[in-house]
Amino acid sequence: MTVIKKLVTLLRGSARELGQSVVDNNATRIYEQEIVDAKASIAEAKTELTAVMAKEMQTARDIERIKGEIRRHEDMALQALDKTEEGLALKVAERVAALEGEMQAQTQAHAGFAVQVGRLKDLIRSAEARVREHEREVSIAKTTESVYRATQSISDSIGSTGSRLTSARESLDRIKKRHEDLADRMAAAEELDQEFGHKALENELAAAGIGDSDKSRAEAVMARLRARRAAGTGDGGAPAA
Amino acid sequence: MTVLLHQLSNLDTLTSAVMGGVGVQLQPIAGEVPVIQVCIEGRDELPIFVTCSDTQLICLCYLWTDEDVRADRRAELHEALLDLNPSVPLSSFGRVGQRYVLTGALARSARAEDVAHEVAVLSDNALDALDALADYLR
Repeated sequence: MTVIKKLVTLLRGSARELGQSVVDNNATRIYEQEIVDAKASIAEAKTELTAVMAKEMQTARDIERIKGEIRRHEDMALQALDKTEEGLALKVAERVAALEGEMQAQTQAHAGFAVQVGRLKDLIRSAEARVREHEREVSIAKTTESVYRATQSISDSIGSTGSRLTSARESLDRIKKRHEDLADRMAAAEELDQEFGHKALENELAAAGIGDSDKSRAEAVMARLRARRAAGTGDGGAPAA
Repeated sequence: MTVLLHQLSNLDTLTSAVMGGVGVQLQPIAGEVPVIQVCIEGRDELPIFVTCSDTQLICLCYLWTDEDVRADRRAELHEALLDLNPSVPLSSFGRVGQRYVLTGALARSARAEDVAHEVAVLSDNALDALDALADYLR
């Protein structure tokens, strides 16, 4: 969250002089290394997370299984008591006690895995945020560097070819003038074409009623209409071919 | 440089096509970072420069310098630029050193067709902006 603040400080200061490195290259390299490290630790944490989640599921299943066993043994103990088999009932009760011990151990393990899953997820989340942040820093730093260095190269190139950047207004005026010249040339060409080009001849021919024109077509339509009226078929028969 | 030039080898043809067939010339600029100058016929004073970082392709058009700005209208110009910025499609106003620029950025892996479109829009916007804001300049 600090890179833009850093840039603001740098750009206000002496670093605005072109050619000077705007961004601390060493810091960029450190960030890049941190990105690599953070990505490696994310990959590692994800592998670990998979393993721990698998164990978490496994212990959950074990707990369910043990619960079933306890219930089954309790039922058997009750049956033994019903048949006044005190000795047998006690043996089964011992088995239940052992199962309860086992369940307690599994429950503790399960809780431990759940805590570990939460911790790994937090770790991945924070590492990913760190990667994103560093990538943004490096990207901004490198882009700034590129833009300043490119501007330096361009300034050098303009300097070495002897041409200098004309003032912005001059540039604008020249571009506009060129644009106007082009528009003028196109208008002039159009005018010339009207006067001397093939359009002029066509226009003259059309005026004399020669060739295809709106006027000659209109005459043809009129002739057709007159022919229809003369034939007395004013009721919309097929037009004459 | 060779990578950028290779990636944009037909940028001249593509830009020309986008702009209705005007002449477009590419010129690599020597230096520490790859820079390609794109000259558009009739707009020789406002070339577009294409450069890149690891993650971005950046198109730049240098509009004017600090020196060109009328001192008495400087703050007004800056306000105008800030106000305009969100409205100008694909391009942003900015300043590099003493130079005011119009910039557009694309992904480093952008297709030459997309760069051509960016270059054409940037050139149109730059010319338009220069014309519109000329009153603030000497």
